[in-house]
Amino acid sequence: MQLRSLACSLGTLAVLLAGATAPAAAQKLTGAGATFPNPIYTKWFDAYNKKTGVQINYQSIGSGGGIRQFTEGTVDFGATDGPMNEQQIQSVAGNVVHIPTVIGAVVLTYNLPSLGGTTLRLDGQTIVDMFMGRITKWNDPRIAALNPGVTLPKLDLIIVHRSDGSGTTYVFTDYLNKVSREWKDKVGYATSVNWPVGLGGKGNEGVTQQIKQVEGAVGYVELIFAVANKLPFALLKNGAGKFVEPSLASASAAAAGARLKADTDFRVSITNATGDQVYPITSFTWLLVPLDSKAPDKAKLVRDFLTWMITDEAQAMAQDLQYAPLPNDVRRLVADRIKTLKAAGKPIASPT
Amino acid sequence: MSTTIAPEPDTPEVAEVLDLSGSRASDRLFKGGLILAALVIPLLMGLLVYELYSGAALAIDRYGLGFVTSSVWDPVAEEFGALPLIFGTLLSSAIALAIAVPLSLGVAIYLTEFAPRVLRQPIAFIIELLAAIPSVVYGLWGIFVLMPVLQKQVFPFLRDSLGFLPFFTGPIYGPSMLAASIILAIMIMPFIMSVAREVLLAVPASQREAALALGATRWEAVTSAILPYARSGIVGAIILGLGRALGETMAVTMLIGNRHDISASLFAPGYTMAAVIANEFSEAATDIHFAALAYVALLLFCITVAVNAGARLLIWRVSRGASQGGRAL
Repeated sequence: MQLRSLACSLGTLAVLLAGATAPAAAQKLTGAGATFPNPIYTKWFDAYNKKTGVQINYQSIGSGGGIRQFTEGTVDFGATDGPMNEQQIQSVAGNVVHIPTVIGAVVLTYNLPSLGGTTLRLDGQTIVDMFMGRITKWNDPRIAALNPGVTLPKLDLIIVHRSDGSGTTYVFTDYLNKVSREWKDKVGYATSVNWPVGLGGKGNEGVTQQIKQVEGAVGYVELIFAVANKLPFALLKNGAGKFVEPSLASASAAAAGARLKADTDFRVSITNATGDQVYPITSFTWLLVPLDSKAPDKAKLVRDFLTWMITDEAQAMAQDLQYAPLPNDVRRLVADRIKTLKAAGKPIASPT
Repeated sequence: MSTTIAPEPDTPEVAEVLDLSGSRASDRLFKGGLILAALVIPLLMGLLVYELYSGAALAIDRYGLGFVTSSVWDPVAEEFGALPLIFGTLLSSAIALAIAVPLSLGVAIYLTEFAPRVLRQPIAFIIELLAAIPSVVYGLWGIFVLMPVLQKQVFPFLRDSLGFLPFFTGPIYGPSMLAASIILAIMIMPFIMSVAREVLLAVPASQREAALALGATRWEAVTSAILPYARSGIVGAIILGLGRALGETMAVTMLIGNRHDISASLFAPGYTMAAVIANEFSEAATDIHFAALAYVALLLFCITVAVNAGARLLIWRVSRGASQGGRAL
């Protein structure tokens, strides 16, 4: 009697232990990085957890922190809005793959009540002139030339930019860097730059609030934020000379228009891409994963998640949250790249 | 434990009460534990300085003390200087104190000396509630409520009436050194008020009564008997407020405009040391940018220590002066 109950409880214990520890230890991933894609990552990781039981713990500490933690090996994957530079890649001995996840767009929003329902039209050079402090009034002939038939007010033009380091600033300045030699020489592009003029607002909400409160203010925010807050945003003239409205479709078109090569490392800037439908201030956001992982268990989990991430199901979730999905040809390239991931020098076992 | 310390009422033998040989070891243990706990503070302080220094080493090597006098902040070109940040931190705190000190002392004096009894407790309670509001809430309130009022009414009024001074000239954007200083003043007022009130309450009634008995009016009793007695405590309250003002981050960065500039006009945007760290730390991608921010943190630490040490000195001198004044009376 006693023996039997002992054996029974031992058996239960063994089952409990096996159930509780073995899979739980292996079924966990940690990642850290970019704040811009945090809403979609949170949703993906939650959905993926419900689907497969794999727990992914993501800390949105910013792209810089994501790259740093990935380099130090304290996380299984990093996330960033701006790709790692050569020096950073060398510090991990080249053992990194950039995997694009979704596409974000940056829009110019403004406070000009006198325009009514009319949408402002701008081009790259005019934006550079504005952010360099050369255009100081809204009725400047350079803005008027792009907006025939629109009565522009004689207001002071006040620039508002992000004060916190951010991927949004990276993408926006990357675009200005491409359209203007002068911007490239004097300012450059990074997550924070030395702005020639303007006020700094903290976060998308800080920028938005300052624009709302000052008539004649103009600044840049993420598309997703402008849509959610019903802010007006300008049409931009793209490389093909067409004025394009920022939207999920025109942002995805930029990625399609980037025409990636088959052996791309995805560290490409897709701002100012070519194509009629392309909105020019657009960018991938990336996950950073090791090309050859030291932990085969984790590598397999990462690979499986990435494979799921490019399915229609996952990409549709992105669209619900106003992130532009990856175009089909980019998804195919990502799928090919995922297949090359290794663990401890060997290919990762095929999906179960 | 309690049985050895508290003797039984029917065995009041002294020897038994004094026989604490068992608890001597525990006394020593207790003492040792307390010393250890006390040592944690200097240890933490030392670690903090070490971490900040090692984090900033790259920037200290590259820029040296020129970091303190340069005013360029360009992460792309990797040129960093902290002068506008130091200027902004000190100026915003000074203006905040100039606004907050008279107001808080007035409230504290009113509450302890003049207010009807029914008002004293409720108002003191509300002040303590104000001190518990998180700074990000102050910041949001500043953006959504305070800023429009300042921008549309207060700032234009100041420019029209005091525009002959260089401090109130130039375009009005809203986010500015003055806006940040005003929110800082509002944030530190509850601290100064509640500490100053406690200090004034601790003034013995005999001081007050003696002054009144000599024929002083209530106002004279406050200025001649009560305030001199409470002086060092009030200075302590102000130092507490200043400490908070120097290190405040969220509310300031939301209202100051975050521009690396030194401007005479208080309507112009500025920047503070705490704000730049909060803004750029998470996205500082290059090592030198990271080190420059750590350098700023180290400087902020030094300034805070210097200000606090100066304040201690002030308290010390003021309290010595007070006792001499007492003797003269």
